Amino acid sequence: MGKLKTFTRRAFLVGSSAIAGGVAFGIYAYQTPGKNPLLADVDNGEAAITPYVKITADGITLITPRTDLGQGAYSVQAALIAEELDVELDQVMVDPGPPSPVYYNTAFSEEGAPFRPTDESFIAEAARTGVDSVIKFLGVQATGVSTTVPDGYEKLRRAGAVARETLKAAASKETDIAVSELKTANGAVIMPDGSKRTYVSLAAIAATFEPVTEVTLRDPTQWRLLGKPMLRHDTIAKSTGTLTYGIDLAFEGMVHATIKTNPRQGGKMKSFNAATAEKMRGVQKIIPVDNGVAVIADNTWRAFKAADAIEFDWESAPYPAEMDEHWNTLENSFNEKQLDARTRDDGDAITALAEGSAINADYRAPYLAHAPLEPISAIVKVTDERVDVWNGTQIPGFAKDAVGKLTGLEPENVHIHVPYVGGSFGHRLENDIIKQATKIAMEMKGTPVKLTYSREEDFVHDFPRQIAMGKARGTIKDGRVETYDLGIAMPSVISSQMGREGISIPGPNPQIMAGAWEQPYAIPNYRVFGYRAPELAPISSWRSVGASSNAFFHESGLDELIHAAGADPMEERIRLMWHESSRKTLEAVAEMSNWGSDLGPNRGRGVAFCMSFGAAVAEVVEVTNTEQGIKIDKVFVAAEVGKIMDPINFENQVMGGVVWGLGHAMNCEITYSDGVAEQSNYHAYEGMRMYQCPIIEVRGLENGTKVRGIGEPPVPPAAPALANAIFAATGKRIRKMPFNKHINFV
Amino acid sequence: MNLTINGKSHEVDVEAEMPLLWVLRDELGITGPKYGCGIAQCGACTVHVNGTAVRSCQLAVGDVDGDITTIEGLGTPEALHAVQAAWIEHQVAQCGYCQSGQMMSAASFLDTNEDPSDENIDLAMSANLCRCGTYPRIRAAIKTAAKNLRSA
Ligand code: FES
Ligand code: FES
Repeated sequence: MGKLKTFTRRAFLVGSSAIAGGVAFGIYAYQTPGKNPLLADVDNGEAAITPYVKITADGITLITPRTDLGQGAYSVQAALIAEELDVELDQVMVDPGPPSPVYYNTAFSEEGAPFRPTDESFIAEAARTGVDSVIKFLGVQATGVSTTVPDGYEKLRRAGAVARETLKAAASKETDIAVSELKTANGAVIMPDGSKRTYVSLAAIAATFEPVTEVTLRDPTQWRLLGKPMLRHDTIAKSTGTLTYGIDLAFEGMVHATIKTNPRQGGKMKSFNAATAEKMRGVQKIIPVDNGVAVIADNTWRAFKAADAIEFDWESAPYPAEMDEHWNTLENSFNEKQLDARTRDDGDAITALAEGSAINADYRAPYLAHAPLEPISAIVKVTDERVDVWNGTQIPGFAKDAVGKLTGLEPENVHIHVPYVGGSFGHRLENDIIKQATKIAMEMKGTPVKLTYSREEDFVHDFPRQIAMGKARGTIKDGRVETYDLGIAMPSVISSQMGREGISIPGPNPQIMAGAWEQPYAIPNYRVFGYRAPELAPISSWRSVGASSNAFFHESGLDELIHAAGADPMEERIRLMWHESSRKTLEAVAEMSNWGSDLGPNRGRGVAFCMSFGAAVAEVVEVTNTEQGIKIDKVFVAAEVGKIMDPINFENQVMGGVVWGLGHAMNCEITYSDGVAEQSNYHAYEGMRMYQCPIIEVRGLENGTKVRGIGEPPVPPAAPALANAIFAATGKRIRKMPFNKHINFV
Repeated sequence: MNLTINGKSHEVDVEAEMPLLWVLRDELGITGPKYGCGIAQCGACTVHVNGTAVRSCQLAVGDVDGDITTIEGLGTPEALHAVQAAWIEHQVAQCGYCQSGQMMSAASFLDTNEDPSDENIDLAMSANLCRCGTYPRIRAAIKTAAKNLRSA
């Protein structure tokens, strides 16, 4: 029955657009699965050419389905379309569009297939395509793992080209001038005599055409927009306080809610007493939701205050209450039974190590909160007919399903609006708040409910980065690294995260060894094994995911071995690196930092490399050991991304990644005591502040064969480069993050 | 009680202890000042009272003793303040959420120091947190703004 209903509705959609004089395309034919979701909203005289371009009397809208998490994703997606469509960025509107399987993210599959990104063999490519079809099938519309540019690079330029050629075909039909005589620029088709037909004026007729799908993409040498500095379309608004973030949205009659749930994430609530809170000014309603209580008031501060006045009796945490047990669980996971798949095992490390190991180093990386500066919030309005949700989710498709299930409304009546967000770093891959806000709004039908977490609530329910442990051993011979054996143990982020969405992902989890097993070093005996620890605290993807901990282990261990061999950290890495475009990143930072030159007393430099998400990044950190502690002076970064879409945004992303990586390594961790995260606000979780921020020099390289995203890859090498620099300056080897537990910083 | 914000007078009926931040955001719909931490750790809520930068999450509305300026009153897209113009020139913002507060701190700091050194800037700006790590650009933008203000 359900199936039949869906089928009929779809048939009706296509039919009705045909009856109305072919205003909207029924089906578009190229490379996209599923149906064009824009057709549902297209009226007479409008055209939705491909799911990425919509033309109405108001103008041209480019659909940029990947959430902009503050990294300029909307602008780069728009530029990819605009480049081929021949419109200027100030001529178009940008809209994230409705959640739809059409916008599935192909590049996610690259991180899911068991092949090194340096492996471009047929089998590796075929397997990625295999995973791709699964992702296509699931219709995963997600933003993450630096996939926005890799995923959109072809797809969005092609969408622009298809729309352009279709509009030309429409103009040709109207004017009887051959398509080959027509040109396009500035959102118009240009006739041989120089006269113009704007795209908007051609929309109605273009809508009667099947899209022209035979298109050739322009060579990068002809690009007008891409590869050149762009003014991000949100820069002016963000520089004048006029951009509306999710937390700023307000609607007529809206109420302000907050929530307090068991700070032991996932633990239940036994009871609560809201007698005092109920009487406080502005409080309208107090209701139990999930494992806690929601307060609905007429002002956010009043809701916060009332929530603080409620007394709770919580149950204990569904995970170990104290850190020791978390670490012991990891320590005990290094065994045959918990070995995950996807191992690297070149040469014969076991035999080589039988004679003894040159190093025996244990590393630790703690839980870390995402803590984007905008605390999470969601607005939901439920009526009997429809539900509207405003939230900056990275996974709108999942949100739509969850809200549909909760409200019992059909998917077409569930509307997810994705506003601007004040950062994410993986935080917005969780939809808890949407579900909570929906439950509250269902109790207040017709009233828009804005649910805002206090910073404290946000911290204790952050779903932190995984904790992880690494064990490095190796041998050296004739001043060279001969054997490197690294074991890594952590719980599976993907299982924890997808489990919360009700999805179980079978098989090994590639993130357990990401940033370590696929590094392009030719070490004769080279073994990287990953061990899956049982689930502990609930965890989530954190900017650069597995590589965020693993590169610290891998590059610190390698550094220790190189020092044991008496070799130079830079030269030995360059010697070992077989992958050419990766090696060039090392050579570039060596040159930028004048590696080998004398830094003077109490100073040191460290290098680290990591290929993550297919992007090779090498970093050199320079520090001074001052009386007050370590001062980070300078950082040099060389990053290989195949093609740089916007040099300004590229540099901004790289700098941000370096600050992120260094700041957390210096002084951040989430620890549990009595099952509760001990860090509840930025006073206990500082990150880097301006006075600690080094000078950062960035160089982008374009030697690789594939286009890579840059949101995450600068993060992994930052921590090990810092640790290696501290060792060079002080002789002290720090093996546990955060480093400020072992050494002072200025 | 009566508040003068960005040159306009507003009448509000709230508890005297309500932080100015929430009066601005929820009672008056002035959302340029942001909520980040609520405990004077991040600076996202920074506004000016009588031209001096204050953390509006810490200032009870009953204690406000002067004219309030928010980022919306510092300048507008049509009439930019020098700090805002420099922020655009250097494309400082990533997510942008901290930037209202950063610019308010910078503007008030430049009023007291027209030719700041790197150290002056670092010191003045270190109470403003940026999780996106835009510090290098903020430094550069402040220098540009200082230069433009001097020659203005
Ligand atoms: S919100 Fe006021 S300092 Fe953070
Ligand atoms: S730009 Fe995002 S917090 Fe500063």
